[in-house]
Amino acid sequence: MDLVQMQKSLQDYTKSLFLEGILDSQFLQLQQLQDESNPDFVSQVVTLFFQDSDRILNDLSLSLGQQVVDFKKVDPHVHQLKGSSSSIGAQRVKNACVVFRNFCEQQNVEACHRCLQQVKQEYYLVRNRLETLFKLEQQIVASGGMIPAVELGF
Amino acid sequence: MINPGHGRGPDSGTNSDPFPAGLRVLVVDDDPTCLMILERMLMTCLYRVTKCNRAELALSLLRKNKHGFDIVISDVHMPDMDGFKLLEHVGLEMDLPVIMMSADDSKSVVLKGVTHGAVDYLIKPVRIEALKNIWQHVVRKKRNEWNVSEHSGGSIEDTGGDRDMQQPREDADNNSSSVNEGNWRSSSSRKRKEGEVDDQGDDKEDTSSLKKPRVVWSVELHQQFVAAVNQLGVDKAVPKKILEMMNVPGLTRENVASHLQKYRIYLRRLGGVSQHQGNMNHSFMTGQDPSFGPLSSLNGFDLQALAVVGQLPAQSLAQLQAAGLGRSSLIKPGMSGSPLVDQRSIFNFENPKIRFGDGHGQTINNGNKQMSLLHGVPTGMEPKQFAGSSHMRVQQQMAGMRPGQNVQSSGMMLPLADHLPRGGTSMLSSLGQQQPMFSTSVSRRSDLTGAVRNGIPETNNRVVPATHSVFNNFPADLPHNNFPLASAPGISIPVSASYQEEVNSSDAKGGSSAATAGFGNPSYDIFNDFPQQQQHNSKLNDWDMRNIGLVYSHQDTAAASAGFSTSEAYSSSSMQRKRRETDATVVTAHGQNQQPLSRSLNHLNHVFMDGGSVRVKSERVAETVTCPPATTLFHEQYHQEDLMSALLKQEGIPSADNEFDFDGYSIDNIPV
Repeated sequence: MDLVQMQKSLQDYTKSLFLEGILDSQFLQLQQLQDESNPDFVSQVVTLFFQDSDRILNDLSLSLGQQVVDFKKVDPHVHQLKGSSSSIGAQRVKNACVVFRNFCEQQNVEACHRCLQQVKQEYYLVRNRLETLFKLEQQIVASGGMIPAVELGF
Repeated sequence: MINPGHGRGPDSGTNSDPFPAGLRVLVVDDDPTCLMILERMLMTCLYRVTKCNRAELALSLLRKNKHGFDIVISDVHMPDMDGFKLLEHVGLEMDLPVIMMSADDSKSVVLKGVTHGAVDYLIKPVRIEALKNIWQHVVRKKRNEWNVSEHSGGSIEDTGGDRDMQQPREDADNNSSSVNEGNWRSSSSRKRKEGEVDDQGDDKEDTSSLKKPRVVWSVELHQQFVAAVNQLGVDKAVPKKILEMMNVPGLTRENVASHLQKYRIYLRRLGGVSQHQGNMNHSFMTGQDPSFGPLSSLNGFDLQALAVVGQLPAQSLAQLQAAGLGRSSLIKPGMSGSPLVDQRSIFNFENPKIRFGDGHGQTINNGNKQMSLLHGVPTGMEPKQFAGSSHMRVQQQMAGMRPGQNVQSSGMMLPLADHLPRGGTSMLSSLGQQQPMFSTSVSRRSDLTGAVRNGIPETNNRVVPATHSVFNNFPADLPHNNFPLASAPGISIPVSASYQEEVNSSDAKGGSSAATAGFGNPSYDIFNDFPQQQQHNSKLNDWDMRNIGLVYSHQDTAAASAGFSTSEAYSSSSMQRKRRETDATVVTAHGQNQQPLSRSLNHLNHVFMDGGSVRVKSERVAETVTCPPATTLFHEQYHQEDLMSALLKQEGIPSADNEFDFDGYSIDNIPV
């Protein structure tokens, strides 16, 4: 695939993520923060997000797996995940967290378990997509090309 | 990465980058992702950023580097320290503008930011646009301080430094996200008048140089300050006098003035008591061992206020109350309702209140028993027995109280408090005096628990045990709630105040104005919060009290707007009068059934006089009105409305609900 094609693919791919609601405009904000002096900003932040989220999801699984669930512990984790996912634009993860928090407030263990599953699902999805996105970018850069600016047209 | 080229400082003016480039920002957030993004964004804005993921670390950084930062941005939810606490510390010790941020956009939290003195509140995800203008807070603060120093002659209060009088200032505080808004306005006009600084970039640099070197308010210095203020009386404390009393070399009147302003905000936040509750505060501060009688009333108020504000955990409130009221009475969690019954008009109060809360509890507390009414009321009482007895008691109380007993205040509060679960608390406090009452009330209702819980964030409205515990905790926690109490009175007092004629020394009017002043638009704030609570039972507790306070404040505009002054306002004489006024006011505020409301209020007042029948009524109303959860009643902007509406409805519902016609209360035994 030549460079132009790769760039086009990247653009289409990125657009699709937005259209599917996996990413929202906050991600664009991140991309705008990236420039020549900070060429890897987005991938750095996103990587940090992945690491942090892995940890949080782990803690959540543990907390929810207890005999007696301590919602006072569960809620802050979900809250943080909500904050970080919204900060990078992982819209669906954030939305899943919102639902999760509601059930936490109601102290509904069953529902919380389901919510956790949902959150995990969305998280793996966005992680997967972003990893693909970064790979595409790397290919372009490796081929000597520039990452095209995202034009969402909406 | 700090861009060396951009810095504030002597050469910044000459730098091609105009201010606000180089603004020194400290950003605190435990979320590494957010922290990284924020740092990048701030740097893009050309600020000098220091990031920190722990609040304690941030504080120590700030302390070490007293003048090393211009503004702080902090997350609300952090594991090692609550963001609001950090906010307080920074405000008091370093006097830096602090911006709060969170993914939580609930009104209650945002309100908390306002009351704690944050200059702004950002909702995550934060966009760079929101950060581009944060420099305005730095400039504003500087201008305000500058203005304060300008008024060398008058006391801050007089000139209003930058604040136009306390009231406006407080209003401003409450109104805007920037605490200094009021000040800013006045100060800017003053500035212009004096041909001072223009708002050019230059000015910004100048303000730094014009500004005196920041005084760091160390813990000791602050203690001295507080001691001086207490001695003088919070309302009467004037920078000049405080300065003299503190006798600290190198400290200027301006330093004291600006610190006093912040301190007032802090107290206001705590319950708005501080300002007007000179007396009360004093007593509280001095140790929770206020004279039983008068103090009790105060305490009651304070506690309530505190409870209302939610600042004071229910427990502490209870404790405080216990302390204030003379512990002896309060601390009898074990008291069963019976003893209380006889005199417990207070309890009656509570019960009805509780019921009320239950009834419309939804609105307030989701109908939980938790009504904060009895905040702090010893759980000794059994709800059931209360129902009947409380009514009576209340009535008795009311009657009795009037004469100027502390209890009265509590009694008074009850009716009003009824609406607000929290009200219970105040009542409780007053009740504190009468221990039996408290216990009764406490046990009586889960509501009480709720009430008590005002201070204590409760997640469940119904926390019957809570009340108990609350009371039990009285003795324990009292001591350190000095402040809260102070503030509490403001809030709770409104309710009790009205009833309590003699309650406090402070002039009702004064109190009210104070309260109002303090709160700015407390009602609004609190009320907003209230709806929130409605939705979440747990939150209700906090608000209930507040609401109550607020409600009253509105009612008695003169009297006291939210929190603190309420008690004062009420305490003074015109209690009844005030109540009526309040009622009217409240009614108006509500707009719901204004007329009826006033009527009901009056009625309430009247009832109180009689001994509680009113209360019942109001309670009833509340019940009727608020039945639907999250009712509009409470979700109105002003809590008052809720209460009022409840009251109004009550009035408006000529039904049989006679005063004693509570849903939950068996009025039968109430000897009218």
